[in-house]
Amino acid sequence: MNGPHDLGGQMGFGPVAPERDEPYFHAEWEKRALGITLSCGAFGAWNIDESRHARENIPPADYLAASYYEVWIRGIETLLARHGFAMQQELLSGEAQGDGAVPKRVLTADMVAAVLAKGGPCDRPVDAAPLFAAGNRIRTRNFNPTTHTRLPRYARAKTGVIEAVQGSFVFPDDNAHGQGENPQWVYTVVFSGAEIWGEGADPTLTVSIDAWESYLERL
Amino acid sequence: MSGSHDHDHDGHRDHSHDGHHHHDHDNHYSDMQARVKALETLLTQKGLIDPAAIDAIVETYETKVGPRNGAQVVAKAWSEPAFADWLRRDATAAIASLGFAGRQGEHMRAVFNTPETHNLVVCTLCSCYPWAVLGLPPVWYKAPAYRSRAVIDPRGVLAEFGVTLDIAQKIRVWDSTAELRYLVVPERPAGTEGLDAAALADLVTRDSMIGTGLAMSPETGA
Repeated sequence: MNGPHDLGGQMGFGPVAPERDEPYFHAEWEKRALGITLSCGAFGAWNIDESRHARENIPPADYLAASYYEVWIRGIETLLARHGFAMQQELLSGEAQGDGAVPKRVLTADMVAAVLAKGGPCDRPVDAAPLFAAGNRIRTRNFNPTTHTRLPRYARAKTGVIEAVQGSFVFPDDNAHGQGENPQWVYTVVFSGAEIWGEGADPTLTVSIDAWESYLERL
Repeated sequence: MSGSHDHDHDGHRDHSHDGHHHHDHDNHYSDMQARVKALETLLTQKGLIDPAAIDAIVETYETKVGPRNGAQVVAKAWSEPAFADWLRRDATAAIASLGFAGRQGEHMRAVFNTPETHNLVVCTLCSCYPWAVLGLPPVWYKAPAYRSRAVIDPRGVLAEFGVTLDIAQKIRVWDSTAELRYLVVPERPAGTEGLDAAALADLVTRDSMIGTGLAMSPETGA
């Protein structure tokens, strides 16, 4: 979807303003937001792609005004309600009102080290050989799905070169919507700054994205 | 944190510095405190989360998993050509050999700065970041200013970090749009020939492994 999250090339946000000696967390609630998000992820009820899409669906004005942990909390509330773990009234009141869905697992303290060490690999085998090889020229597709995609707007309908075949991975555009993992080959695709930004582009700039095979058309 | 630092109080507002978004930060912030507290209480009541697990997660990223991990990887790559070669070919395995793996480090790629090319990593679509080697991302990495500008005006972004590249040096920006996570291996500073791996690692800043900084030189550094 062309949501507020798709920020590449947008303007008006001011300087980056890195913070010197930035602490890991700026408030106690940020620590809890991190832990709640990871704990709920361990339910096994949704995947990282659905989780990202829940954040992308935050109304643009709210998304852009929020800190990232706030984005996470808004996303997790959506997922908890959607999957029946907490009703809207419960989220509003903070009071439990009866049973909800039962998770596949509840993350307890003794499980944390192993779960974090395992992570969530999302490489998957595919039967077909890759359609493209390093050096091939391609064009990215021109589309505007209302659903989840990982092809940023700035990189649509652009001509680039395959730099590397990176392996085969779960396809987020399907996986975010419960349509299966449907893995595809993923490629690193390089574009010149001029191809993406046109007049006035930094002549020394190249930009790469990692693109699933179905985002690409052979030239 | 330095008490004299003028961003301490409102540092959580990534874009508060230039006058944008001047709603009431303190009220908003306490709203979030209450909202997250209510959520944790609710989920605990329902038996869905274990507050001690949250403590364990936080402790992991405050004390165990952070940019010192990545600095060890870089120092070893600077010191041992065979390791650098392994890192170039199979970063996930090379990094795992040092004990760094897991969440948001499952599929690693290392990209090496050279005199010809400087690498810069961003996630324009969300906040993808190599947690296993760098820990949790800083606020600016996740905020709109960096995510929007890194791909179109990287030299302007670098200037805000105090980095000025040679005008002839190319810039390659890596937008982390899939599940590959990128670690920049900065150039080894001059005058470090005699240093051991631990001393080298002290010169490797977090920002140098994102590409928004350079490794420190022994004279000016730590």
